[in-house]
Parts: sequence; C-alpha cells; structure tokens
Amino acid sequence: MLTTFKKSILGGAALLMAAGVFASAQATEISGAGATFPYPVYAKWAEAYEAKTGVKMNYQSIGSGGGIKQIKASTVDFGASDAPLTKEELDEAGLVQWPMIMGGVVPVVNIKGIKGGDVTLTGAVLADIYLGKITKWDDKQIADLNPGLKLPSEAISVVERSDGSGTTFNFTNYLAAVSPEWKDSIGVNKSVQWPVGVGGKGNEGVASYTKQIDGSIGYVEYAYALQNDLAYTQMKNKDGETVAPTAASFAAAAANADWAHAPGYYLILGNQPGAKSWPITAASFILVHKSQDNAKTAKDVLDFFDWSFKNGSDIADKLDYVSMPENVVDMVEKTWTADVKGSDGKKIW
Amino acid sequence: MSVKQFRPGFDRGFHNLTFGLSMFVLLLLVAILAYLVMGSIPVLKNQGLSFFISSDWNPVKDLYGALPAIIQTLVTAVIALVIGVPVSFGIAVFLTELAPPWIARPVGVAIEMLAAIPSIIYGMWGLFVFAPTFGVAMQHWTMANLAPIPVIGPLFVSPPMGIGIFTAGIILAIMIVPFITAMMRDVFTTVPAVLKESAYGLGCTRWEVVHRVVLPYCRAGTVGAVMLGLGRALGETMAVTFVIGNSHRLSASIMGPGATISSSIANEFVEADSKLHTSALVTLGLTLFVITFIVLAVARLFLLRLKKQSGH
Repeated sequence: MLTTFKKSILGGAALLMAAGVFASAQATEISGAGATFPYPVYAKWAEAYEAKTGVKMNYQSIGSGGGIKQIKASTVDFGASDAPLTKEELDEAGLVQWPMIMGGVVPVVNIKGIKGGDVTLTGAVLADIYLGKITKWDDKQIADLNPGLKLPSEAISVVERSDGSGTTFNFTNYLAAVSPEWKDSIGVNKSVQWPVGVGGKGNEGVASYTKQIDGSIGYVEYAYALQNDLAYTQMKNKDGETVAPTAASFAAAAANADWAHAPGYYLILGNQPGAKSWPITAASFILVHKSQDNAKTAKDVLDFFDWSFKNGSDIADKLDYVSMPENVVDMVEKTWTADVKGSDGKKIW
Repeated sequence: MSVKQFRPGFDRGFHNLTFGLSMFVLLLLVAILAYLVMGSIPVLKNQGLSFFISSDWNPVKDLYGALPAIIQTLVTAVIALVIGVPVSFGIAVFLTELAPPWIARPVGVAIEMLAAIPSIIYGMWGLFVFAPTFGVAMQHWTMANLAPIPVIGPLFVSPPMGIGIFTAGIILAIMIVPFITAMMRDVFTTVPAVLKESAYGLGCTRWEVVHRVVLPYCRAGTVGAVMLGLGRALGETMAVTFVIGNSHRLSASIMGPGATISSSIANEFVEADSKLHTSALVTLGLTLFVITFIVLAVARLFLLRLKKQSGH
C-alpha cells in the first residue's frame, strides 16, 4: 500500500519534471532588471514580442542602481538604467551601453482648483522650491510667472524620491544646470540630501504623496502623472519659451541630442536648447556584457531590442515615450556588431 | 508496541539532530553579526564615530550620519509604547477580569487576528486612510493649539501633511497593541483563581485585585510583553516607511517627517551603489541590532531584579 503510494508520487514527480524540461526547451526566456522609468513601455513591448515570437522577456523594475548591480553580477541578461554609466565605468565592468527610449520627467502639483498646465514654472523657481527658499504658493516669483492665476497663500509641501532613482538623477541634473546654488550645495545624484520635504518610494510613492498632501509639488515620470491624474506644470525652457509636457516636446528635446559624439552613449538630455524642447527630458539605457558566455541568449536579447527599435514606436507613442530616431538605432546596432562578442570572440550581431 | 523496539542508536541520532539544529541557530546569529560588522568597517573607517553623531546624510558627497535615524527610531518606538501599553493593559484587564465570556471570546479572537495582519497592510491603511483624515486633523489641531506654547511648542510644528514621525508612532501603537494585549491576557489568566477569590473575599475592589494581586503575580510576563512590543516597534519597517515621510533631517518637531533605521534601509539598500552608502546602511542595521540587544538585556536584568525582590 505504502509502496504503491510512493511509486505514484515518484511517477508523478518524474512526469512533472519531464514536462518542465520540455516546456523550458520550447520557450526561450530572456531576463532583465533595472529602471522603473521605462518599465511601462518595456512591459508592453515584451507582451507584443512574446505574442509574435514566443520569446518571453522577463523584466523586474527594481530601479536603475539595482539594474546596474544585477548586470554586473550577471544574474540577468541585461540591465537598464536611467543614469548612464561613463565610458570608464563601462570599460571597467566590461559592459556595453546604449539608449533605448526617451521620456520626460514632469513636476506635478496638488493645489485646490488647479488643473494640469495651469501653473508655469522656471527651472530657477523649481530649484528654489526644492531648496526650501520659496515656501508659499503665492510667492511673488511664482505669481510673476503666472499672471492672472490666483494661487492660495498655502505652504508648499515638497515631495521627493526617498529611494535612489534615475528619475532623481535626471531631475537634479536639470536643477543643477539651471541653479548654481543647487549645483554647489546639493549636487547631482540618484539620491541626494534633500534640504526640505518628504520622500516617497518610487514614482508611485511620489504620486500618491502628491495626491494626498494639499499644496504639494513632486516630480514623476510623465506616464505616472497621466495614470494618477496629477496636475502637471508647464516649464519655461532654455530658450525662454513656455512648454507643456507632451511626447512632441520630449521629441523636440531629443532631436538636439548629439549621440554620435557621446563616448559610450553617455549623454544627458536635460535642459536642451530649442523653442519646443521640454527641459527635463531623459533617456533610459540598456546594459549588456561585452563578452557573452551564452551566444544564443545574447542573440535573443539583441533580437528583442532590434524588434523594439523597429516595431515598438507605436506602443511607445501611446504611452508618451519617445522612440530613438533611425540614425541612432543604426549607430547602436553597429555598436552591437563591434562590441558584443561571444566568449570565443565571435560576433553575435 | 513497546519501548524495546527503539534501538539506542535512534535516541542518539535524535539527540544529535536536535543538537545540530540548535547549534545552527547559534551559527546563524554569529554569521549575521559577522556580516554586519564586516559590512560596517568601510564607513566606520572613513568617518569614524562621527557616523553616530552627525546628522548629515549626503549620498552625493558620500557622507553619512546616522543620528537622525537613530533618534527617530527611538522616538517612534517610545510614542508607540506610551500610547500602546495603557490601551493593551486596559483591554487585557477587561478580557480577563471583567468581560463575560460571550464578549471576551470574540474580542480575544479579534485581537489574535489583528496580530496576524501583515505590517504592510497597516502601512497602506495608515497612508491612505489614517494620514489624510486623522493625521491631517491632528496636525491642524497641534499647530493651532500646541505649537504656540513656549518651550514645548517647536515639538509640534509641522505643515499639515498627515504623515510624519507622530503618525508613524500611532500606526506602530496600533500594530503592537494586539501583540501586547494577547501576551498580557495569557499571563493574566495564569493567576490562580484562589488568590483572586481570597482578595475579593477580603472585600477588595476589582481595581485593587488587579493592582495588588494580578499585577504583582504577573510582573515578569507583563514586562516581557511590553519589551516584545518595543522590539517590534523598533524593527518595524514597511508600515513606518509608508507613513513617516522618509527624510533624513533632524528637527525638533515630532510631527514633521523623519526616517527610522529600518525605513532608511528599506528605501535605499537596492539603489545604494557607492561602497560607502551600502556600508552606511549595513552599519545602520548593526546599530539597530545593538539597540534591540540592549533593550532585551535591560528587560532581562529588570526581570532578574524583580525576581530577587519578590524572593522567587
């Protein structure tokens, strides 16, 4: 009795194992981890790509720093980061980097009666708010930028990211570009010593704090502002023009980017010139190892990104991201051919 | 079946197995401690003791000071105890001494169920329900009524955001009440009925019985319950991260935003890519370990003294 029972368990287990082996032989899976900023579009790409090719892409949005750590430790096939690594950092870790997608970081506010686009800010005023120098919504500097708009005499509650994040990197990079005081006293990093405010974890955390606290201002990736129905601000850009955050204004900023002369594609898109440029535009980057132990997986990864470059722009547009222009895609794929090799030194792309 | 069927080898094997498991626990403790100590060497080498007394937490300059996190960890835990212990005591006394069984039983079950709720749920409830309603109202009230008072006023200054150190303390209090209550109730029920009945027989009031008979009999257990609650409050992570506001700043206000040791680790560990930043977070962990250890040690000492006094 007992032995038959054991036998049937063993038999069942063997069947299950066989089924598992069979399934994994059929479905190819590639894995990546990193930035939360491009997660919505990567997830949609993966879904569409799997429906078409059967190759499953598994992406964990654990944050840019996490993505860099994971790819360095080779626990994933690719890493993703909003803050690019410098050429030296790439060489040291044996990694190849390229820009995959662009988007915008937008300031969002929660003031009674204020809708998206009602308030206009300059970079300098935004920096002063985050420095704690402008503390009320009816401050003269804000009022001067918004003639005709009645803002309450309410304290400004600043909301920032409490975790390290590529969004913060791009945001502080912009503030440092427009405010010498920010550059000297706070600096640029994935996490900084905020002089004022409360911190929320992730884009979601900032969005939910901003939604809850009266008189608050935060900064999130554009998609999160839309999804959470938050009132975005307009910004005065480098040319002094007032622009609203839209895919078009992100694209305008991206059009100026000179990728060809950026070693290791190290380029930050903040505060770009151009009358229509959104000032806090950001690119998100992919990282893979130069030397690939498993040539087939590496090819699968590059295939996925090739497909996304060439067929993913509709999806990206719908989510208000900006796809990389064709000439940049050509450059990137040439980089793949030149730099990504199997461990035997053979080309993969 | 008789005992003879078991061979002596089985006994020895069982002994060795359980011995090995116990040693494994010790080994685990040593391993964790070793990891924490080794991980904290870089930042302590770099910044020395200023790590514990500086209030700068600046990832850009790679300067780390743990003072705000340490102080605010203790402050939230103390707020939680000040609110939580009297409430738990009241519930436990009611359940064991006053309530008829038809009410004591469902309330007892409810308490146990509350104790089993994962902390992140308390955090979400705190952020989405408590903070925007009671939290904001409370901060409006303290700003209007307590902040103008000289000397202690600055303790209560904060914009009415709902979230902050005090809110975190209240959420922690709500979380530890079921724990402390459940333990106190169990301890109180161990008092022999004879003792209580004799006291009632002598004409004692209910309060006198609780105060003079139940409490002295259960001193050790009561202190143990409070210390367990304190331990939970010190180490609680997710619920606090949701409602404390996560800012590394030292301020006089207990209403404003802050950060505890565990909330800082939860927020920053994944993204800490500089060596010193990671090391600073590990050192925070070690600090929490030491604080918790001290709390437990003090509790033990306290219990020992109580035992000596009562002559057990």
